[in-house]
Amino acid sequence: MTPADVDARIRDLVAPFNKKGIAIEDSTTFAGDLEFDSLTVMDFVAEIEDAFDVIISMNQQAEIENWGQLVAAVHKLQDS
Amino acid sequence: MTETLAPVQPVDLLAKFDPIIQTREQLLAAGVEDPFNLVMEQVLSPTRAICNGRDTILLGTYNYMGMTFDPDVIAAGKQAMEDFGAGTTGSRVLNGTFRDHRDVEAALREFYAMDHAMVFSTGYQANLGVISTLAGKGDYIILDIDSHASIYDGCAMGRAEVVPFKHNDVEALEKRLKRIPEGAGKLVVLEGVYSMMGDVAPLKEMVRIAKENGAMVLVDEAHSMGFIGEHGRGVAEDQGVIDDVDFIIGTFSKSVGTVGGFCVSNHPKFEVLRLVCRPYVFTAALPPSVMASSATSIRKLMHGGNKRAHLWENSRTLHKGLIDLGFKLGTETPQSAIIAVIMPDLEKGAMMWEALLKEGLYVNLARPPATPAGMTLLRCSLCAEHSAEQVQTILGMFERAGKAIGII
Repeated sequence: MTPADVDARIRDLVAPFNKKGIAIEDSTTFAGDLEFDSLTVMDFVAEIEDAFDVIISMNQQAEIENWGQLVAAVHKLQDS
Repeated sequence: MTETLAPVQPVDLLAKFDPIIQTREQLLAAGVEDPFNLVMEQVLSPTRAICNGRDTILLGTYNYMGMTFDPDVIAAGKQAMEDFGAGTTGSRVLNGTFRDHRDVEAALREFYAMDHAMVFSTGYQANLGVISTLAGKGDYIILDIDSHASIYDGCAMGRAEVVPFKHNDVEALEKRLKRIPEGAGKLVVLEGVYSMMGDVAPLKEMVRIAKENGAMVLVDEAHSMGFIGEHGRGVAEDQGVIDDVDFIIGTFSKSVGTVGGFCVSNHPKFEVLRLVCRPYVFTAALPPSVMASSATSIRKLMHGGNKRAHLWENSRTLHKGLIDLGFKLGTETPQSAIIAVIMPDLEKGAMMWEALLKEGLYVNLARPPATPAGMTLLRCSLCAEHSAEQVQTILGMFERAGKAIGII
């Protein structure tokens, strides 16, 4: 998948969690802009892991603050 | 000549805790007694104390088997203090291993019928030490998202890759195990009883799946020792998988009634941990009195069948009574000696906690981030020494307080 494909796929997955319908750009943060709490993060990460058949460890999650970083990380993981 | 240096105002490193200070102040301004500053002026028995000046029934102390006032347990501790002094003043690997440190480890090997036992100064340190030493950089730890803080801290200290899965979800565990790179070291960390909701893990399936996928398994049985399983060895024993568990972590500060933590195992190389486990090496060993009391208590727990039966009776009675009163509980059935009463929010929870305290009942007020799903809980832990009458008294207190606060 290209980064654009990954972006589109995760965009589908985030919709149910983006309760306020915030417009998402690369700089959109999960904790700040999307107001994700730890439980939402777990459910959202599990959706991505299942969709791409990858693992995003808590160590990796700690490095991901915004949308652009997430797409880049998932793109890299599914390639490896 | 002395130069006058302009003082530089430091960045206040405590400023990040301002929201917590605010929440606490708001709670106290509402007139609620501070739930995190309770003092027991006198402890009368495993189930009664004078708390903040009131005669209070204790229903939140994890003193499951009521061993804190057992005459044999007290006598053993007194004797050891007389004979060996008040403290060890040293590490287990230097001058801190006394006769009774060896004896309590022997008692644990007898209790669990396992080859090795290692005692730590607290249960927290047992998880911290064993997990951080087993799983290091490049290894993977797969754990339940609701794991205790000491498990998470052990993971962080060892710098392993941490992969959480949804609470008690067998399929989620399996999917994650299968995605871990081939050849990597894998440790699955589970708890027998989860202390917030008092629910039991499906260890039978989880341990099997972990083994099928080449992982080692560690189970924290802190909240099950002494009363779950045929010999009181915990949930893994009860579900018939204890022989497949590589490491069991436990504590003395619950059923045993003292303080300390431990790990038991049949792994042939287990003893090396004494040399490489930093939270074991770089701290002082527990006092001899604590070790002697603990050894006596553990051996008495091996024959605690009647007390165990009474504890389960108490748990069932309280669970059913609270459901009948209309309270929302953490589990549909009584699964352990912990019964979690779910509160609508922190404010109501604190008010209910205070109302119960004024009735003469102590329970734990548990709130985020310790609780799952941001819940506020009143956590009750039963004791084998609670009488049937006390349990009825407790239900009466819950009824009056719940109606006064408007929860039921």
